[in-house]
Amino acid sequence: MPTVKQGTIKSAPSYTEFHPRWYRPHVSVYWWLGEWHYLKFILRELSSVFVAIFVIETLFLLSALRDGPQAYAHFQEWMRNPLVVVLNIANFFFIVFHAITWFNLAPSAMPVRLGGKRLPDILVAAPSYVAWAVVSAFIAWLVLR
Amino acid sequence: MAKPSNEAFFWMLFSAGGVVAAMLIPVQLFLFGIAFPMGWLQAPSYENLMSLVRLPLVRIYFFILCSLPLFHWAHRFRYTLYDGLKVKHLTGLIFVLCYGGALLGTGIAAYLLWTIS
Repeated sequence: MPTVKQGTIKSAPSYTEFHPRWYRPHVSVYWWLGEWHYLKFILRELSSVFVAIFVIETLFLLSALRDGPQAYAHFQEWMRNPLVVVLNIANFFFIVFHAITWFNLAPSAMPVRLGGKRLPDILVAAPSYVAWAVVSAFIAWLVLR
Repeated sequence: MAKPSNEAFFWMLFSAGGVVAAMLIPVQLFLFGIAFPMGWLQAPSYENLMSLVRLPLVRIYFFILCSLPLFHWAHRFRYTLYDGLKVKHLTGLIFVLCYGGALLGTGIAAYLLWTIS
C-alpha cells in the first residue's frame, strides 16, 4: 500500500476498480497424497531415510567388529529380532526403489546422441544395471567365499 | 543477480551418495539385513569378516559406504522437509541438523575404521 502523508488527501480518494493481488494458491501439507506421481516422488525422496537407517546399522556392525567376537555375536542376535528383520525388508524395497529410479534418471540427465539420433533410454540406463549386477555379485562373492 | 550459493557442492555430494547407495547398499543390505538373519545364507565368521576389514581397501570401501550415502540422505531429506511438509521457515535449523548428522556419522565411521584392528 502506498504511504500517504496525513492531510494530503482532501476529497474522497478514488480507487481503481481492479486490485491486483499476488496469486498464492493454498497448498495442503498433504498435496502429495492425491496423485500417484506425487506419491511416487515423495516415496522416492523418503527412501533417503532408509539409506540413513542402513548406514546406522552398518556403523553398529563396524562397532561390533571392533569390539570383538562377542559383540559381533550380539549384533547378529540383534539383527535376528523379527522387528529388525521386518524393518530391513521394508528398507530393502525402498533402497531398490531408489536404485531403479536413480539408474532410470541417467538417460534424462545426460541423453546420449549417436549419429545425430538420441539413443533409446533403455540403452543409456543398461550399463548402470550391468554394473550394478557385477558389483553386487563381486561383493557377495567376497563376503560369502 | 542470484547470489552465489554452495548448492552445486552439496548437489555433487548428493549425487555421488546416490550412486553409492544404488550400487552398493542393496547387496550389502540383502546379505547382512535379510539373508544372514533369516538363515538363508551362512553368515561369515568373525575371523573371516575381520580378515576382510583389516584390508585398507575394504576400510576405504566401508568409509565410502557410510559417508557419501549420509550426504545423499542429508540433501534429499532436507528437501523432503521443505517441500513435502512445507517447513521452509526452518531452513537454517534443518540444514544444520541434516548436514550435522551426516558429518557426525562420517566422523563415527572414520573413528571406528581407524580403531578396528
